[in-house]
Amino acid sequence: MRIVIQPEAFDLGAEVSAFTAGVRGAGAVVSFTGLVRDEGGSLSGMEIEHYPGMTEKAIRGIAEEAVRRWALGDALVIHRYGKLAPGEAIMMVATAAPHRADAFAAAEYLMDYLKSRAPFWKKELSAGGEAWVAAKDADEDALKRW
Amino acid sequence: MIDVLYFAWVRERIGLPRERIETGAVTVAQLVEELRGREERYAAAFADLSSLRVALDQELASFDAPLAGVREVAFFPPMTGG
Repeated sequence: MRIVIQPEAFDLGAEVSAFTAGVRGAGAVVSFTGLVRDEGGSLSGMEIEHYPGMTEKAIRGIAEEAVRRWALGDALVIHRYGKLAPGEAIMMVATAAPHRADAFAAAEYLMDYLKSRAPFWKKELSAGGEAWVAAKDADEDALKRW
Repeated sequence: MIDVLYFAWVRERIGLPRERIETGAVTVAQLVEELRGREERYAAAFADLSSLRVALDQELASFDAPLAGVREVAFFPPMTGG
């Protein structure tokens, strides 16, 4: 299991390849990547703040639970912080399991929990100023299905 | 002494990322009361607890949690990761 919190961009293809090459006995690898939306061209970028120390711990806890529930061969989470431009990748998760249903479910679980249980805060930057992104009730509700 | 950390708009409203506080507060709620009474910027940041979350030694906690043995308290808005 690899958890990476970094300001730098990551190479999605290289990460998925390396992750896939490193797992044994898996029949399915699922990866998800989250990008900075441009909201119809109105956004000039996004700034992401996090809580060093707690971030790593919280994500490790979430990933360990995913590995346990779906008997994953491995899991990978990369999440960036700092200033990002529209179109840039913010984060990615990858899961490896014997069968695809478990790999998909575990990736969704990771995403649902990363959204509202990993200490990141997004601020949208636009010509009109800047605004913190508010958490959505739907994101909190999404946890109930697990 | 306890380290108190602020993130996102809580940090902006209060004007600092962290500070060291000498407190006699027994629970998080008591610490919040103490901070609210300090200055207007604290009162503004802690005006609505339903829009705030708290972590004790980097674990999410509730506002009625005890502070005994805690070294680091963090206040922040609901998280928006992913």
